[in-house]
Amino acid sequence: MLIVSCPNCGITAEETEFHAHGEAHITRHTVGSSDDQMETYLFMRKNPKGVHFERWRHQNGCGKWFHMARDTMTLEVFGTYSAQTYNPPKDLLAEIDAKRPGWRDVS
Amino acid sequence: MKKYSVFAVAREAMRHHTGWTRAWRDAAPKKRYDAIIIGAGGHGLATAYYLGKNFGITNVAILEKGWLGGGNTGRNTTIIRSNYLQDPSAAIYEKSRSLYETMSQDLNYNVMFSPRGVIMLAQTEHEVRGYKRTAHANMLQGVTTEFITPAKVKQLVPIINIDGPRYPVLGGLWQARGGTARHDAVAWGYARACSDMGMDVIQQCEVTGIQREGGKVTGVSTTKGDIGCDKLGIVVAGHSGHLADMAGFRMPIESVALQALVSEPIKPCMDVVVMANTVHGYMSQSDKGEMVIGGGTDGYNNYTQRGSFHHIEETVRALIETFPMVSRLKMLRQWGGIVDVTGDRSPILSKTPVDGVFINCGWGTGGFKAIPGSGWAMAELMAKGRSPLTDAFGMERFTEGRFIDESVAAGVAH
Repeated sequence: MLIVSCPNCGITAEETEFHAHGEAHITRHTVGSSDDQMETYLFMRKNPKGVHFERWRHQNGCGKWFHMARDTMTLEVFGTYSAQTYNPPKDLLAEIDAKRPGWRDVS
Repeated sequence: MKKYSVFAVAREAMRHHTGWTRAWRDAAPKKRYDAIIIGAGGHGLATAYYLGKNFGITNVAILEKGWLGGGNTGRNTTIIRSNYLQDPSAAIYEKSRSLYETMSQDLNYNVMFSPRGVIMLAQTEHEVRGYKRTAHANMLQGVTTEFITPAKVKQLVPIINIDGPRYPVLGGLWQARGGTARHDAVAWGYARACSDMGMDVIQQCEVTGIQREGGKVTGVSTTKGDIGCDKLGIVVAGHSGHLADMAGFRMPIESVALQALVSEPIKPCMDVVVMANTVHGYMSQSDKGEMVIGGGTDGYNNYTQRGSFHHIEETVRALIETFPMVSRLKMLRQWGGIVDVTGDRSPILSKTPVDGVFINCGWGTGGFKAIPGSGWAMAELMAKGRSPLTDAFGMERFTEGRFIDESVAAGVAH
C-alpha cells in the first residue's frame, strides 16, 4: 500500500485517499496537430519498468491535483510535487539519480 | 513423443511408472530459425503450435525469460467465454472457445476444459439493457448466449442471493458452453506438441535486444547468445512496451496489476462461473473445491506482480452480499499478475513498423480465454501477412481513431 503526501494540503495518507490518473508531463496536442501527434497524446505511454512520473488527485481529501514520482518495480514513492509545472523539480530528480543511478536510460 | 492414452496408463501401471519420458525437450538455441516467438506463455506457445500445424513452419524457437507458462498463464482465473458485443471480438473469442472444445484431443493432453457455463449478472437496469443487446448481437454472430431471468439464475446458482439490497440480481447473460480449463495444462500441452514438431522451447533465455537491418528484423540478442530469424513474434503481455522499445517502436500500452485469490477447499457448491461486473467480482469453484475469486485492477502502473490490499477488500465485500456464504470462508492464497492494457481495452494483433516483427499483446485482464484463437490468428498473420481474425486489431487503429468499442479488458478481470 502506497503512503502518499499531498503537496497541496500537506496531509500524508495511504493510497485509498488518492486516485492515480496516468502518466504526467504529456504534451497535449490539439487542433492543427498531426494524426501521429494526436495518437501520441491520447494513447502512447512510456510505461517504464522503473521511475515513473504520474498525475494523481487527492480524491477523498482536498480534491486537488498533483504530480508523483514513483518506481513501478518496487512501488517506492520518491516524492510528490505541484501539478502546475512542466518538469519534475530538480531536487527530486537529484534524489532519484542518487537512488536509481542510470534510470534515465531504462525504458 | 509418446502418445498419452488409457493403454499408456495401464502399461506404465504394470511397470511402476518407470517408462514416462519428458513431455518436451529442454532445448539449447540454434544459430538461426525461420521464426522466433518471444514469450512461452499460452499465447506464444499457441502461436508456435499453429504456425507448425496450420502452415508447416516448424523451424521455430520459443524464448522464455522465466519458465514455461510462469507469467499470466499461471496466474489467471481460467475463465473461458465469448459473449462479446462487437463482431471482431466475438469472432476471435468464439474461435478461441471453439478450439478449447477439442483442445485435449488435438494436443493429446488433458487440459480439463469444463464447459460448465458462465453467467454475467445484470445488477443494474443499465446492465440488463446492455446484456440484452449483447445477447441479440451474439445471436447474429452465431455465439450461443441467452438472457435469463433472476429465477433461472437462482436455479443455476443456489448459493446466490438475488434480493440485494444494494445490488439485486435482475437477470444474467448466460453462455452455456463457456467455462474453465486447467491453465498450466494448456501451456504444457502446447509446449509438448510444439516440441514434438521439432520446435525448441528455450527457458531462462531473456531477450536483451532486437537486431535490425534496413528496417527488417535479422535476429535477437539474448542471455544465451545471439539468435538469427526471418520473422519475430512478440507475445509477452505485460512487457510488450519494453520489447517494442528494443525494436524501436512504441506501443499504446500500460501495465497494471490484477489480482486474484482462492479460498480453502470446500464441498461442491457452485458448478458454474459467476461474474458480477457492477461490483467487480467474479467467482468459480475449482476441481479441488477452492473458490477462485478475482477482482479489479489497481489504478496505477505496476510491474511488481503484487496488488493493493484494498482492492481485495472491495472485491470480497461485493461478493459477500451476492454470496453470503463467502463470509465464512478462509482465504488461502492471493497473487497478482501484470496485465497489458491498451487505449481501447481491446488487444493488438498486428504487423509493426519493423518488417518481419509481429506483435500480439494488450489482452489485458482477459487473455486466458483467448489463447487458442489468438495463437491461431497470430500464426496466420505471421505466415501470410494477414488474417481475417486480426484485421480489426491492428495497432494503426489508434492513429486512425478506429477503436473497438468494447471494454474487453474492462479493468475487471474475466
